[in-house]
Amino acid sequence: MLTALLVMTGIALLLGAGLGFASIKFKVEGDPLVDKIDAILPQTQCGQCGFPGCRPYANAIAGGEAEINQCPPGGEEGIRKLADLLGREFKPLSEEHGVEKPKSVAVIDEATCIGCTLCIQACPVDAIVGAAKQMHTIIAADCTGCELCLAPCPVDCIVMEPIAETVDTWKWRYPVFQIKQAA
Amino acid sequence: MLRKLFKFHGGVKPQTNKERSTTAPIAPVPLPDKLVIPLHQSVGGPPRPLVQRGDQVFKGQRIGAADGNLSSAVHASTSGIVRDVLPAVMPHTSGLTTLSVVIEPDGEDRWGELDRINVRAATPDELRDYLRDAGVVGLGGAVFPSHLKLKPGKEGSLDTLVINGAECEPFITCDDMLMRERATDMLKGISAMRHMLQARDVLIGIEDNKPEALAAVQAAITASGEKGIEAIAIPTRYPAGGAKQLIRVLTGIEVPHGRRSTDFGVQCFNVGTAYSIHEALEHGRPLVSRLVTVAGNVNAPRNYEVLIGTPMDHVVRLAGARPDTDRYIMGGPMMGVRMPAFDVPVVKATNCILVGSPALFPPPPPEMPCIRCGECAKACPADLAPFEMYWFSRARNFGKTQEYHLFDCIECGCCSFVCPSHIPLVDYFRFSKSEIWAREREKEAADTARERFEFKNLRQEREKQEKAEKLAAKAAATREKVAGETATPAAATAAKPSGDDAKRALIEAAMEKARQQKAQAAPKNVDVTSPDVQAEMAAIDARRRAAEHPTEAPPPPPAGQA
Amino acid sequence: MINSPYIRKPASVQSVMLQVLLALVPGIAAYVWFFGAGILVQLAIASAAALAGEAAMLAIRGKPKALFLTDLSAIVTAWLIALTFPPIVPWWLTVTGTLLAVVIVKQLYGGLGQNPFNPAMAAFCLMIVAYPALMSQWPAAGQLDFKTQLDLIFGGARQVDAITGATPLDALRTALRSAASADSELHGLRASQLMDGPAFGALGGKGGEWVALAYLLGGLWLIQRRIITWHIPAAFCGALFLTAGLLWSVRPDSFASPLFHLASGGAMLGAFFILTDPVSGATTARGKLLFAAGAAVLTYVIRAFGAYPDGIAFATLLMNILVPIIDMKTQAPVFGHKKD
Repeated sequence: MLTALLVMTGIALLLGAGLGFASIKFKVEGDPLVDKIDAILPQTQCGQCGFPGCRPYANAIAGGEAEINQCPPGGEEGIRKLADLLGREFKPLSEEHGVEKPKSVAVIDEATCIGCTLCIQACPVDAIVGAAKQMHTIIAADCTGCELCLAPCPVDCIVMEPIAETVDTWKWRYPVFQIKQAA
Repeated sequence: MLRKLFKFHGGVKPQTNKERSTTAPIAPVPLPDKLVIPLHQSVGGPPRPLVQRGDQVFKGQRIGAADGNLSSAVHASTSGIVRDVLPAVMPHTSGLTTLSVVIEPDGEDRWGELDRINVRAATPDELRDYLRDAGVVGLGGAVFPSHLKLKPGKEGSLDTLVINGAECEPFITCDDMLMRERATDMLKGISAMRHMLQARDVLIGIEDNKPEALAAVQAAITASGEKGIEAIAIPTRYPAGGAKQLIRVLTGIEVPHGRRSTDFGVQCFNVGTAYSIHEALEHGRPLVSRLVTVAGNVNAPRNYEVLIGTPMDHVVRLAGARPDTDRYIMGGPMMGVRMPAFDVPVVKATNCILVGSPALFPPPPPEMPCIRCGECAKACPADLAPFEMYWFSRARNFGKTQEYHLFDCIECGCCSFVCPSHIPLVDYFRFSKSEIWAREREKEAADTARERFEFKNLRQEREKQEKAEKLAAKAAATREKVAGETATPAAATAAKPSGDDAKRALIEAAMEKARQQKAQAAPKNVDVTSPDVQAEMAAIDARRRAAEHPTEAPPPPPAGQA
Repeated sequence: MINSPYIRKPASVQSVMLQVLLALVPGIAAYVWFFGAGILVQLAIASAAALAGEAAMLAIRGKPKALFLTDLSAIVTAWLIALTFPPIVPWWLTVTGTLLAVVIVKQLYGGLGQNPFNPAMAAFCLMIVAYPALMSQWPAAGQLDFKTQLDLIFGGARQVDAITGATPLDALRTALRSAASADSELHGLRASQLMDGPAFGALGGKGGEWVALAYLLGGLWLIQRRIITWHIPAAFCGALFLTAGLLWSVRPDSFASPLFHLASGGAMLGAFFILTDPVSGATTARGKLLFAAGAAVLTYVIRAFGAYPDGIAFATLLMNILVPIIDMKTQAPVFGHKKD
C-alpha cells in the first residue's frame, strides 16, 4: 500500500515537473495566430477590408469579427491561405470590398502636382516624398499600390500604373497537363 | 596518361549529332544590315549606356559600362553609326525587351583605339578590372563575369584550374572547333588565368567523342613546353560539361551546396572564355564576337565566328535554313532556350543556334501520370528525386519541393529526357523555382511595407503626443497669464468661480491668436522668389482653383510675365 | 509551348508494360506445359474484364480512353491476377477479382500511377477472404486435361466436385504440422521425407518449380532491359532465403528448406513481377531493399505460421502501406549535401 502510494506520488511529481518545465521551455509569446494571419496578408495597408491596416484586419480575423475574404490585394490565393491556416471554408472575394487588380504603383504627374502634401499624409508607408508647395514624387520601390493617395489629391494628378514584367520578375508558367488535349 | 577519373551519378547518352558541323572549318559572317546589342548580357547589373543615337562608334568601343563590380562591359562589335538606343526583344523565352544599342555598320569594321595592358606588370586587381571592362564573361552559357571568378580562394593560390572542353550537349561543336583550330591561343589564355589564380595544376576536360580536339590541345601543350597542364579525355555522358559534374569527374571533389569551388581549391572555366581572355590580354580586343554553332534543320551545319548583336536569322541563312523551320533554340536540345523570334541577336551566351522543325524535334507524346518508376532519379546528375519534386510542384507545395532540394536542380533535362510518361519535369521545376522567387520578392516587399507602416504609426503617435505635451505646456502658461491678468477684477467682483472664467479667457485668447494667424497665413517664401517662380505658383494656384471649381470660367492668364 | 529538353528517349509507359508482359511469356509457357492450357482461358477472361472495367471507369471519369487503354497497365494487372489465382476458378471469380482490382483498387484511387496498393494483390486478398475454398483448389501438374479445366471454369456447380488439392506450400505445412503432433500417422517424418509425395518436385511443387524458374528467366531479362532494377528481386530472394534458412537450420524437421520457399508458390512471380510494380512499391534504391526484404519476411511468416496457402499477396499489401514512409526516409543524399 505504502509502495503504491509512493509510486503514484512519484509519478505525479515527475509529470508535474515535466509539465512545468514544458510550459517554461515551450512558452508561446504573444498571439502567434495574429502574426501568422498578418504574415499572409499582403501588407498593402490599403484599408479596403474596412480596417485601418493589415494588422488590425488580422486581429479582427483572429477575433472572429471579420471574414477572410475582405482583402482584394491578397486575392484568391490569399483567401485560400487564410482558409488553410484557420481551417475555414474558402469563399470568393467579397465584392463590397473591391476586386483583385494587377499589382500597380502610384505615379504622380509632376506637371499637375501643386504640392499640397495631402497624399503624403495619406500614404500608409511613407512612400511619397515632397514638401508643401514643392513637387511630390513616389518611391516606386516602397509603394504598395494601396490607392489611398488617389482620393485626397485635389488635382487628381496621381494615377496607378501596373508594374511591367521584366526578365527578373518573369515567371515560368505552370506546365499544361496535356491528357485532355490528347483525347 | 592513366589519371584516375571519378564518376557523377546519373546522366544520359543522347545522340550527339556533332559530326556534320565539324566537317568544315570555322567561317566568318558577312556584316549584317544592323546589329542589335543588348546592354545586359551577363549575370549581374545591367550596364549603363555610353552612347546615344547618332554617335559614331568603332569596333571594340565600349557602349555599355559595367554597373558596379558584379557586371561586365559591352562593346560595339563593328564600326558604324548608333541608330537607336531602345528596348528590343532579347534572346529569352519570355519575349521581353531589354535596353539595346542598334548599330548600322559602315562596312569598314574598323577597330577603335584599343586599351592595352601589360599583363606581366599589372597587378591582379588591375587585370580583373581590365577584363571586366573588356566584357569577358563565361562563354559556356552561364555568362558569369569572368573577372569575378579569377580570384584565388582564401589561401591566395589554387590547387586545380579546371578548363571545360567537355561540350556535352548534342549538336554543339563550337568548343570542339575552337580547340581544333585555336588551341595555341586558348592555351595562352589558360596560362594567363593560371598566373592570375596561382593555380598549381591545370586539367582540361574533353569528352572522348572529340579525339581531334584532344589531340590538338595535347599538341599545343607539348609545343608550349608548359608543365602541369594536362588535357584529359573524359567519358562522353551528358551532362559531363556541367561545372560541378566536371569538377567531380576530374578531381573527385563534390562542391557542397552553397559553397564556392575555390574553397576547395578548384575553379572552372570554359575553353571559349580562355580564348577570349587571351584576345583581351594579348591583343587588347574586348569580347565582340564568339563562335556559334549553327545546327539542326539546316543544309550545312557549321561553326561561325559571329559578331555579338548579329540577328540570328542572318547567320542561319548562311548555313542554308530549310523551309519547315518553326523555331530557333539558343543552346542545345537538352537545355537550349526557345527564341521568341527569328531575328533576335546573337549574344555572349549564344553557343549554338539550333534550328528546329516539327520533324526534328517533334512535340512529346501526351503526358501520362507518373508511375514512380524512378528513371528520373536514376538519371539525375544531382542525385535528386525528381518524381517527388514533381508531385509537390504540381500541387504547388513549394515548401516541400525545397525540402527535396529543388534549388540543387541544374535543369539539365535528364529527367524529362528519360521519363516514360513524357512528363515535362524540368518545366515543373522551373515553374516552382520562379514561383518561389516571386514569393520571396513579395514577402520582402510585404515585410518592408509592414515595417514602414508600423514606423509611420509610431511616428504619428509620437507627433500626437508631442503636440499634446506642447499644447498642455502652452495651456498651463496661458492659464497662469490669464489668472494673473484677471486676478484683480476677480478679487474685486469675486463673483464667478475662476475655473469657468479662465477657460473662456483661454478660448478667447486662442481665437484671437487664430485670427492673427489667419491674417498672416500668406505663404512664407513667396516674396523672396524670383518672378518666374511666382508666375509658376500663380499658375498652380489657378489650376487648383480650376480643380476645385471645375465649372467656373477658365483660369486667368498667368500673371506677372517677367 | 514546348521548352527544353526537345529530345526524348524513346520510352513510354506502354513499352514498359509490354516488356513486362513479354517477360511473363516464358512463365506462362511453362505453366501451360505442366498444368494445361486452362490458364490461357483465364488470361483471356481476366484481360477482357480488365479492359472492360477500365474503359467503363475512364468513360465515367472523363479521361481519354484510347490513351489509357493502350498503356497495357490493365493487362499487366489482369495477367498477374490470372497467374496468381488457381487456374480452375470459375470464370465469374476471375472477372469479379479483375473488376475489383481495376475499378476499385486502381481507378477509384485515380487510375494509373495513383493506386497505393498493388491492384492484383488486393484482388487476390479480397477473393481469398471471400471464397477461401475456391481460391485454395490447385490441380497438380498434369492432373486435369483441357476439357475438364474448361468445364471447371465455365461449369460452375461442378467446382466443388473437383479432385484438387492444396498448393505444395499448403500441403507441406499441413504435413509438417501433423508430423509434429503425436497422434498423426505422419508423426516423426522429416520435411525431406514428406516431400517424397507425388505433388513435389526436386525443389518445390512438381511442375511449379519449373514455372518459377521460367519466371526467374523472364525477370532477369527485365533487369537486363533496365525495366526493373536488381534491388527488389535480390532483396526479396535474399531475405526469404535467410529467414527460411535460419529457421530451417535450427529445426530442419519442422521447417521447409529455403530453396523450397524460393521455388514454391508466388515467390518468383512476386520477386520479379509483383513487388516490382513501380506505382505501389518503393522507388528509392535503399527503399526498394527495405520494402522487398520486409515483404519477404512477412511472406515467410504467413507461409510458416499463418492460415493462408501463400503469403505474397498479404505481404505485398502490408508493405504497400509502408511505402510512403520508406521512400521519404530513404532518399539518397543529394549532390553537394553528402556527408563526408
